[in-house]
Amino acid sequence: MCGIVGLHLRSPGLYPRLGELLAGMLCEMEERGADSAGIAVYGDPVWAPAGRGTISLLEVREPAPEVAAALGAELGTEVAVTPLDGTYLLNASADSLALLAAARKLYPDVVVGGFGEDLAVLKGVGRPRLLADSWGLAAAQGWQGVGHTRMATESAVTASGAHPYAVGPGQCLVHNGSFANHATIRRELRAAGVRFDSENDTEVAARFVASELAKGKDVEAALKELIGTFDGFYTLLVSNSESFAVVRDAIACKPAVIAETGDWVAMASEYRALAGLPGVRQARIWEPEPEVIYAWNR
Amino acid sequence: MTHPSDDRARLGLRESATFDRATIAAIHRAARTGVYDIRGWGAKRPLPHFDDLLFLGASISRYPLEGYRERCGTDVVLGGRNAKFPLHLDIPVTIAGMSFGALSGRAKEALGRGATEVGTSTTTGDGGMTPEERGQSKKLVYQYLPSRYGMNPDDLRKADAIEVVLGQGAKPGGGGMLLGQKISARVAGMRTLPEGIDQRSASRHPDWTGPDDLAIKIGELREITDWEKPVYVKVGATRTYYDVKLAVHAGADVVVVDGMQGGTAATQDVFIEHVGIPTLAAIPQAAQALRELGVHKKPGGVQLIVSGGIRNGADVAKALALGADAVAIGTAALIALGDNDPKWSAEYRELGSEAGFYDDFQDGKDPAGISTQDPELEARFDPVEGGRRLANYLRVLTMEAQTIARACGKRHVAGLEPEDLVAISIEAAAMAGVPLAGTDWIPGGNGGR
Amino acid sequence: MEQVTETFDLRATPLRQVNAALHAPGLSGRYIVENPQGAHSVAVGLNSPVKVEINGNVGYYAAGMNQRAEVTVNGSAGTGVAENMMSGMVWVKGNASQSAGATAHGGLLVIDGDAAARCGISMKGADIVVGGNIGHMSAFMAQAGRLVVRGDAGEALGDSIYEARIYVRGSVKGLGADCVPKEMRAEHVEELTGLLKAAGFEDDDPLSYTRYGSARTLYHFHAGNSSVY
Repeated sequence: MCGIVGLHLRSPGLYPRLGELLAGMLCEMEERGADSAGIAVYGDPVWAPAGRGTISLLEVREPAPEVAAALGAELGTEVAVTPLDGTYLLNASADSLALLAAARKLYPDVVVGGFGEDLAVLKGVGRPRLLADSWGLAAAQGWQGVGHTRMATESAVTASGAHPYAVGPGQCLVHNGSFANHATIRRELRAAGVRFDSENDTEVAARFVASELAKGKDVEAALKELIGTFDGFYTLLVSNSESFAVVRDAIACKPAVIAETGDWVAMASEYRALAGLPGVRQARIWEPEPEVIYAWNR
Repeated sequence: MTHPSDDRARLGLRESATFDRATIAAIHRAARTGVYDIRGWGAKRPLPHFDDLLFLGASISRYPLEGYRERCGTDVVLGGRNAKFPLHLDIPVTIAGMSFGALSGRAKEALGRGATEVGTSTTTGDGGMTPEERGQSKKLVYQYLPSRYGMNPDDLRKADAIEVVLGQGAKPGGGGMLLGQKISARVAGMRTLPEGIDQRSASRHPDWTGPDDLAIKIGELREITDWEKPVYVKVGATRTYYDVKLAVHAGADVVVVDGMQGGTAATQDVFIEHVGIPTLAAIPQAAQALRELGVHKKPGGVQLIVSGGIRNGADVAKALALGADAVAIGTAALIALGDNDPKWSAEYRELGSEAGFYDDFQDGKDPAGISTQDPELEARFDPVEGGRRLANYLRVLTMEAQTIARACGKRHVAGLEPEDLVAISIEAAAMAGVPLAGTDWIPGGNGGR
Repeated sequence: MEQVTETFDLRATPLRQVNAALHAPGLSGRYIVENPQGAHSVAVGLNSPVKVEINGNVGYYAAGMNQRAEVTVNGSAGTGVAENMMSGMVWVKGNASQSAGATAHGGLLVIDGDAAARCGISMKGADIVVGGNIGHMSAFMAQAGRLVVRGDAGEALGDSIYEARIYVRGSVKGLGADCVPKEMRAEHVEELTGLLKAAGFEDDDPLSYTRYGSARTLYHFHAGNSSVY
């Protein structure tokens, strides 16, 4: 079980504060899950410089400069790397899909945290507060971020078990709850050639959404398909380079709060994660209805 | 006229193992009534259980303790992790949660008397706390269930411990059930229900779902009771390894795991027989989970109570050896009080059952006066005598466990360990994680334990 | 306005200290709690006729198991506000999240804004008055007590309801199993009038409300009910 948070900034004036605000939200959710945490930041100039494809690799054995050099050689262009506590954030003047292909070719067993045109994904094992510190999250900038704190349910505590699952270009999914029929859906996706990094139920949802998006559906249609396919209790936050979407299952037992101002839209498992956001006192605050997809586009 | 078995063999009559007479009767019943079969008791089918484990007693390399003089301790402290007032029990056997409603008032009183006499606790059930039970039980664990029947802060403050119930072994995922014939005026009043209706109960808690929200709920219960009382979390045995880890993360001071042999006063037969795992398979998972979190058998750690088919001191000792800190008895306690006593044979037969087979607790017609609300039947049950019988039985359980522990060289029953055990079947060896007798072999490679 | 006996600031004082102070036996007076910032279990287990005002939004279970106290939340409340309340009053000036008033036995819970899903779930005798709308599965297995909704109700209202009475002024998206509209007789009008007045809505016309309650067809298990299951 878990805590999830998400922040979508509308005012560029707040972009320099994205990391600081996201770190605050994440740390408030530590009591919901202190085993591991993960974050995704869209648009940080160091982690994911504009105009370059990015990829996050987890738990790589080889030293960071060696990996950057190897990928660079494979792609025929310079690859920059920022190592952050077990995650390598790599970027290059290349499509993120090309980066992904190169990484898979050179390191077939590597766990890919995420990839996209301006996306950095960091995941780790341990207390969210400490992870946020070691990543320097408070200094990160950007226009959108999601985070997740994890109390492991049916799968083991590893970095690859942490959310967000970022399994399509620029896509992230975080989940609070527990699916009940994901094993069958995973089998079907595997049979269709989808590869999985973990035994985690959330990864099944993320790959399902990614596969629906790859078929040409938009986020809302993909989530409608998910609602019709998955059994279980869930609050989901799905983000990509254009949008930020929240949906809950029909029974809606897992918590969710959304707050919105002219400057930002935020979502969290508990209100206290939103309590520190600027202007929250004037925000419109509500709880998402079951099976309604709430989406904001950039 | 029925044929004796010799005749059947000669006639070439053969019973189907798949569609045996019991199955045929069940299908006929379903066709006749259109409703599922509801009964009491726990899983009745044969399952790998404690009988499939044996102790390695004293030998040339292991020396026994003398009885009586050389002490073998039996006390246990539960809930020292966070509570101001942990529970100190003289014996590692507690009385499991059973409701007033499922049981008669006199039966609950007897349980309190017997438990108090030997220095252990009883537990309320799905109907709330009765003054009789609080009066008789020196140590009372108050269950906090999805239904919240009768739940109130005054009783919460009077309790010695709080047990948050997610489920029980007989029906993991099912809520309480009590049929109209047992919803007497008093029971109805306690549960805020109309008299005589069939109670429908929730399977989930009304204001939290999942361990992350359970953590907040446990926080609330502690705040309400000023952090005085241990908080137990009880689950029916299913995905026990993960459940125990999550219970600890959510803040449990004590985890209670109830295997599928655990009893109930009423639920669907299919639930009892086909959902949940045997107690034997659950205990090592629970112990491993606690060990991995560094809270097993440690000061300030989390204790494990195991229930579901505990019958004698050997079962107690085996549960402790596999990693439990204490056990809870339900069905066995009722039997000690007089349930299924052959002296009621004629009445059982009138009810369509027999002594040794009676499990229709849901009907409320118990001739022994234990699982009924009928005042005439209840009047047959003497709670003082019942308390004495229970105390006797609890003493026997304790002495039997001590006998075994002494034979294994232990100064305290808590010193029993998995290495004191071997299995005599492959299933039991695999489930319990102990070697097949005479071999080094643990099928399944001990699952990493 | 009564003199303030003591003010607590949750930014400076641990919750345990605040609740412990409010649990002092024989307590009286008026208490303010500042800066809750979404904290859980604020003012739970109160058992004295005190007034407690919480300035800000609270997390889960605010005023849980309340007895005799009057707790006001000048903000919104998270899951389970006034859960299992026995007596006294809880007033939420903003909105309430899921399971507001869950399993409450007595007392009055007023929510000026909206309540979310499962409002009054398993209620056992309390009164709940909601100024706005309520979410789905409200009054699920509601055993006793009264729920008044000035706005709309979501899906599956009163599913598996026992003897609680529900009054809704707005629309009901869907009724749960065994929950049916019922006749408003003089005693119901009187009851509703009293509840609206106690919640500060005395100008509402009780006749603009519809009463809902149990059809009592699920009171005994039998084959005919299997489709409901």
